[in-house]
Amino acid sequence: MSEATLDTSPTTNAQPQAARFAVFGTSFVIGLVLPVTAALLYEGAFRLGLVQARLLPPPSRIFTTLWTLAKTGELTTHVLATTVRVGMGFGLGALVGMFLGALTGASRNARRLLDPTLQGLRAIPSLAWVPLFILWLGIFESSKIALIAVGVFFPVYLGVMAAIANVDRKIVEVGRAFRLSRLALVRRVLLPAILPDFIIAIRSGLGMGFMFVVAAEIMGASEGLGYLLVDGQQLGKPDQILAAIIAFAVLGKFGDWLIVVLTKPFLTWQDTHQRGA
Amino acid sequence: MLTIDALCKIYPNGTQALEQISLNVDAGEIVALVGGSGCGKTTLLRMISGLEAPTRGHAALDGEEIRAPHPAVGMVFQEARLLPWLTVAENISFGLDDLPKAEQDARVDEALLRVGLAGYGKRWPRELSGGQAQRVSIVRALVTQPKALLLDEPFSALDALTRTKLQDHLLALWETHRPTLVLVTHDVEEAVALADRAIVLQPKPGRIFADIPIDLPRPRDRLSPEFAEAKRLVLKALDGSINQPNPHQPGKVYSPAAGGSF
Ligand SMILES: Nc1ncnc2c1ncn2[C@@H]1O[C@H](COP(=O)(O)OP(=O)(O)OP(=O)(O)O)[C@@H](O)[C@H]1O
Ligand SMILES: [Mg+2]
Repeated sequence: MSEATLDTSPTTNAQPQAARFAVFGTSFVIGLVLPVTAALLYEGAFRLGLVQARLLPPPSRIFTTLWTLAKTGELTTHVLATTVRVGMGFGLGALVGMFLGALTGASRNARRLLDPTLQGLRAIPSLAWVPLFILWLGIFESSKIALIAVGVFFPVYLGVMAAIANVDRKIVEVGRAFRLSRLALVRRVLLPAILPDFIIAIRSGLGMGFMFVVAAEIMGASEGLGYLLVDGQQLGKPDQILAAIIAFAVLGKFGDWLIVVLTKPFLTWQDTHQRGA
Repeated sequence: MLTIDALCKIYPNGTQALEQISLNVDAGEIVALVGGSGCGKTTLLRMISGLEAPTRGHAALDGEEIRAPHPAVGMVFQEARLLPWLTVAENISFGLDDLPKAEQDARVDEALLRVGLAGYGKRWPRELSGGQAQRVSIVRALVTQPKALLLDEPFSALDALTRTKLQDHLLALWETHRPTLVLVTHDVEEAVALADRAIVLQPKPGRIFADIPIDLPRPRDRLSPEFAEAKRLVLKALDGSINQPNPHQPGKVYSPAAGGSF
C-alpha cells in the first residue's frame, strides 16, 4: 500500500473473456479426472469379469437405463415432478425465511420475541413433522411441499438473520454520516452488504430442499425421482436407483449453478482470497 | 463558525471521555487536534459530526446546534470506509444523490483529477492501494462541498512519503472552497504542516491542555527553522499533556507563549 501515489496509469482490470473461459474449462476437466477414472476402472473390471455386477451395475448399464428412461419420456415426468415440488417448497420456505430473518436481524425486540421459538422448532428433526403434515394436509402435494419448505426455511432464516446482524457498524456509519433515510440505508447499504451471505443462505436452503424432496417422495409418491428410487428398490433394479441418484446430482448441481450464475454479476466487487483462482 | 460549548461525554460504561471542552473554530480555519492515545480526540470529532450525542454541552455550526449528521459537515474516518460494492466513482458520488447525474459525473471527474486518480473511476475499492483509497474517501466527503470537514487521523496508516503527498493534496483541495477543517492527528509534523492552530488535548478525562497558534505562511517549508520551532512548541505541550501529574484546573489553558511552566 506504500506505492500509492506513484502509479497513476489505470490498468485494465478484467482478464480477456476467452482466457477466463479457458481457465474455467481446465478446472472443469480437472474436476472430472477422479470420477471418470473410477468409472472406467470399474467398467474395465466388469468387462474382464473381475467383479460381480449384480448389486453394483457398471457405468455403461446405468447410462443405458438413464437413456431408456429419457427416451420413453419417463425421466422428464419424474424430473419435472421433483423440480416443481422443490421449486414450490423452496419458494415458500425461502420467502418466509427471508422475511423472518430480516425481521429478527434488524430488530432486537423481534429477535427476543421470535428467535427462541424458532430455534426450538429447529431442534425438532424435520422428518418428525411428516405424520402431522400428512394428517393435516393429506398425502398428496401439499404435505410434501410443506415438508420441503420447513427444510429450506431454517438455513435461510439463520443465514439472513446473521448476515443482517453482522453488517459492519463502520459501513453503516458511513450511511448515517451521509444522512441516508432509514429506507435508503436499507437499500444502499444493508442490502448490498448482506448479499454475499444471503446467497450462501439461499444455496444451502436449496440443498436442503433437495434433501427433503427425497424424503417426501420416498414416503409415498407416484412420480418424481424419489419414486424412481423406491421403485428400483422394490423391483430389485440397482441400475434404476443409480440412474435416479445421478439425475438428482445433476438437478441439484444445476439449481445451485443457476443461483451462482444469476447472482455473479452482483458480486464482482468481492475481495476474497479465492479471487481469480 | 464552528462552536463547541462546554462539551462533556460520559460513555455508558462510565468512562468519562471528555470534560468541558469549549472551542471556537473560524470559518475556513484549519485546526489540528493532537494528544496521546485515548485522550478523546475521536470522541470529540464524533460529537461534532453528530454521529454521537454529547452527555452535556453542544457543538454548533453557524449557531445551529448539531444533533444529527449535518448536511454541511463532512466526515473522513481513520479507515477509508469505502463501500466495497460501489466503484470508485460511485463511492465518490455517494452523497450526491440529490444532484442531476450530469452534475454528479462532472464533480466526480473533477475530484478524481484533483487527487491524481483520473481514470480510476471504474475500479473497485479492492483494487486501490491504502493511500489511493484514503484519497477517494477524502474527496467523497469534499464533493458535497461541506462548510466543515472533520478528519480522524486520515493518514496515520500510511508511510511517511505518501502521507506528505496526501497532506499537500488535502491543502490543495482546501484552497478551492476553504471549508473549516478539524484534523485529528498523532503526528506533530502533520499538525504544523497543515494547521492554523494546534489544540493539544490531555487525557483522563479529555480536556484542552494547550491552544497553540501556528502563524506560518503557506506554502510551508518543512525544513525552515520557523517550522522546527513550531514543531518544538507543539511537541513540548504534548509532552506536558501526557506527563502532567496535576489535578486538573478547569479554565486554565497552558500557553507556550507565556513560557509554559510544565
Ligand atoms: N464506545 C465507547 N464506549 C466506552 N468508552 C469508550 C468508547 N469509545 C471510546 N471510549 C473511551 O473514551 C476515551 C477516549 O477515546 P477516543 O477513542 O476518543 O480516544 P482517541 O484520542 O481518539 O485515541 P486514539 O488516538 O488512540 O485514537 C478512551 O478512554 C476510550 O477508552
Ligand atoms: Mg481515535
